[in-house]
Amino acid sequence: MEVEKFYYDNGIVKKFALATLIFGLVGMLVGLTVALEFVFPKMTYGVDFLSFGRLRPLHTNAIIFAFVGNGIFTGVYYSLQRLLKARMYSDLLSSIHFWGWQLIIVAAAITLPMGFTSSKEYAELEWPIDIAITLIWVVFGINMFGTLLKRRTRHIYVAIWFYIATWVTVAMLHIVNNLEMPVTLFKSYSLYAGVQDALVQWWYGHNAVAFFLTTPYLGLMYYFIPKVSNRPVFSYRLSIIHFWALIFIYIWAGPHHLLYTALPDWAQSIGVVFSIMLIAPSWGGMLNGLLTLRGAWDKVRENPVLKFLVVAVTAYGMSTFEGPMMSLKNVNAISHYTDWTIAHVHIGGLGWNGFLTFGMLYWLFPKMWKTDLFSIKLANFHFWIGTLGILFWTLPMYWTGFTQSLMWKEFTPDGFLMYPNFLETVKQLAPMYALRSFGGLLYLTGFIVMLYNLFHTMKAGSFVAEEAAEAAPLEKNFLKPKNETFHRLLERKPIQMLIWSFVAVAIGGAIEIVPTFLIDSNVPTISSVKPYTPLELEGRDLYIREGCNNCHSQMVRPFRSETERYGEYSKAGEFVYDHPFLWGSKRTGPDLHRIGKGNKNSKSNIWHFNHMFDPQVVSEGSIMPPYPWMIEDQLDVSALRAKISAMRKLGVPYVEGYEEIALEELQYQAQEIADDIAANGVEVNADREIIALIAYLQRLGTDINNAEEVPVK
Amino acid sequence: MLKFIKGYVSSIDGIEIYPIISFIIFFTFFIAVLYYILAAKKNYIDELSNLPFDDGITIQTSDSTNHSDQ
Ligand code: HEM
Ligand code: HEM
Repeated sequence: MEVEKFYYDNGIVKKFALATLIFGLVGMLVGLTVALEFVFPKMTYGVDFLSFGRLRPLHTNAIIFAFVGNGIFTGVYYSLQRLLKARMYSDLLSSIHFWGWQLIIVAAAITLPMGFTSSKEYAELEWPIDIAITLIWVVFGINMFGTLLKRRTRHIYVAIWFYIATWVTVAMLHIVNNLEMPVTLFKSYSLYAGVQDALVQWWYGHNAVAFFLTTPYLGLMYYFIPKVSNRPVFSYRLSIIHFWALIFIYIWAGPHHLLYTALPDWAQSIGVVFSIMLIAPSWGGMLNGLLTLRGAWDKVRENPVLKFLVVAVTAYGMSTFEGPMMSLKNVNAISHYTDWTIAHVHIGGLGWNGFLTFGMLYWLFPKMWKTDLFSIKLANFHFWIGTLGILFWTLPMYWTGFTQSLMWKEFTPDGFLMYPNFLETVKQLAPMYALRSFGGLLYLTGFIVMLYNLFHTMKAGSFVAEEAAEAAPLEKNFLKPKNETFHRLLERKPIQMLIWSFVAVAIGGAIEIVPTFLIDSNVPTISSVKPYTPLELEGRDLYIREGCNNCHSQMVRPFRSETERYGEYSKAGEFVYDHPFLWGSKRTGPDLHRIGKGNKNSKSNIWHFNHMFDPQVVSEGSIMPPYPWMIEDQLDVSALRAKISAMRKLGVPYVEGYEEIALEELQYQAQEIADDIAANGVEVNADREIIALIAYLQRLGTDINNAEEVPVK
Repeated sequence: MLKFIKGYVSSIDGIEIYPIISFIIFFTFFIAVLYYILAAKKNYIDELSNLPFDDGITIQTSDSTNHSDQ
């Protein structure tokens, strides 16, 4: 058989690798900044685009989509070509993919700090960027499947299955979760409201974790661990079981982010059962990775690359054991809203994603520059300081997580809350937040040492942009083996593979999503729940712009410790006009659902005004940042009409023609609030942003106060 | 559009059966995969697990050796 000569495209791998390094640095610097804002809440005083609520989404997006995303593409473009013995399908598509993705990242880095956000975690980007992501993702898909079609190998290695499943699922999740109604170029409302929106969001959010931070990295694990250790994977059979079990089960587990919320019980139960089941394939995968190194532990001791990979896989094992535990209702009752979740996230992020990426890069750079790593010593140093960084990062957060849950729930013998003031917990935790920042600093230092090391490796070697290879083409008239099993056929046919993995995730998706459209009949309507007034609607959009939901929940769970502290627990029917929902997932500050007028936690207008101006004066020891710009800046009402019409199209019952009088109503309500504040000694113009925000806060959770709950027919 | 889907789906009779059907599909498929894997021939599996080592690169470096003899 004639052998063909061809070249692997290393140039594109290099580009993605450099982008991984650059955006890793950016993402972690922003991470360190937000960590420090816990310690020095006035660190960025008065600079709106650097306040915590705006920077935190920048951190998560930069780390997930820029650092991890470029890391995925680096590994995929390197391994896919070699596993298929073919150059990428199209150099042009590779290039469009690369530059398109970087442009999206730049757009994110500009718009998020400006406050253009949909508020949905890990899907914050506004609709024009969402569309760009979809297009670039399709480009990536065509390039990948084109390569599969022109491959020179008959069989498709398991790593590539993970890549295919990633591509299909991310496409589906991204589109479904980002269905939104544009209002202006940079503002949109989610098509879904309340409970439904929450369910779709966490179906997405969980699977963003599963199919962006996990499955592609598992593919990389199945390629790079064998390559680096120079031994085949421990059990190929296990890897196949791992694959199918994971993609089937993962997609059903989303509701574990919403336990004890207003989500219907059946959906919560499905989430719990499937999360527990996840332990099996996850640990199967972890063991498969670690056992590949059996009998090679002497190599692990010498080779920093293997050390990184071993710790990465171990961290994967830890977070996939911890995750299912946190999905148990009684454990989640404690862990939800606390720093425990944050610790869990960073075991996964710093350990699994970070260390696997580092291991991969330390191996790739010498390979592509045809030289040795500049310094093994420095790589070892990076390994140790990084590991220490993870410990200093996560251990204090487990501590604060447990402290929070204990203090929030503790009662005196007479049945009163032991710590009725939320701030008492916050003050307890201050030293731990400082330690966490120190951990972040260590981890970041290691990263910078890696940059230095890789930079010198590049300088010492000479880059091979086009790597020559030889292979025989696939025979055209391949004789099918007799009694070929279905699965074996799948292994040869990427398109079938694509379709079947789509079927697999779609089944899971449908079962969770379809019934939520039925939620209408599961959500008891509450007749007194009314749409927001124009001023409140604008205030709500400011709440979204400032990212208040990053620190405050709006969901009182039905526990005595919560109803004592916050008031009546939250009902599903209260959120029917909330496009998007704003339940939050973290309580750095107290829940706000019952902060409205007449509720258990209600505050006066002047209190809110002073608090937003300088939180520490009103609440001594608070770590909330001040918002002076909201007092100076005029409320922008130019999109008010468009907002009302958009909401009506989404099913919010504003009467026809309401747009005409909306502005007048807004000004009237604003004047009332400004007068009240003036009566208490502070002169403020009624046209300021702060007034709208206060109006919204005063409305929160008040609708049910004079209502009977009526179950539907 | 959403309202249309919503109304349409909520009027499907007996939609509660969906989870059960999905579970059965999932379970059957899984058993089939399990069977295939356990029944697969050893040398075939070995061939697959060695795919990463054969990348046709002409200048062989130490770690691109073939493992099929192991
Ligand atoms: C078997 C695997 C896993 C299960 C069952 C699981 C389960 C969970 C649960 C129950 C939560 C808390 C939800 C809440 O109370 O709000 C959570 C949060 C989270 N997990 Fe996992 N986890 C798993 C693996 C992982 C891995 C490997 C990573 C990262 C690489 C990860 C990243 C996250 C993230 C980012 C969040 C935070 C979501 C938020 O913003 O609230 N998880 N996970
Ligand atoms: C130098 C390293 C890092 C530092 C200092 C850092 C710091 C932080 C801080 C302070 C928060 C906010 C926590 C809160 O609101 O209570 C956060 C959130 C988050 N970080 Fe990091 N981070 C780092 C690296 C990473 C990496 C490598 C990943 C993932 C690959 C990651 C993923 C996330 C995610 C997903 C969240 C949101 C968690 C949630 O919503 O539950 N971070 N980080």
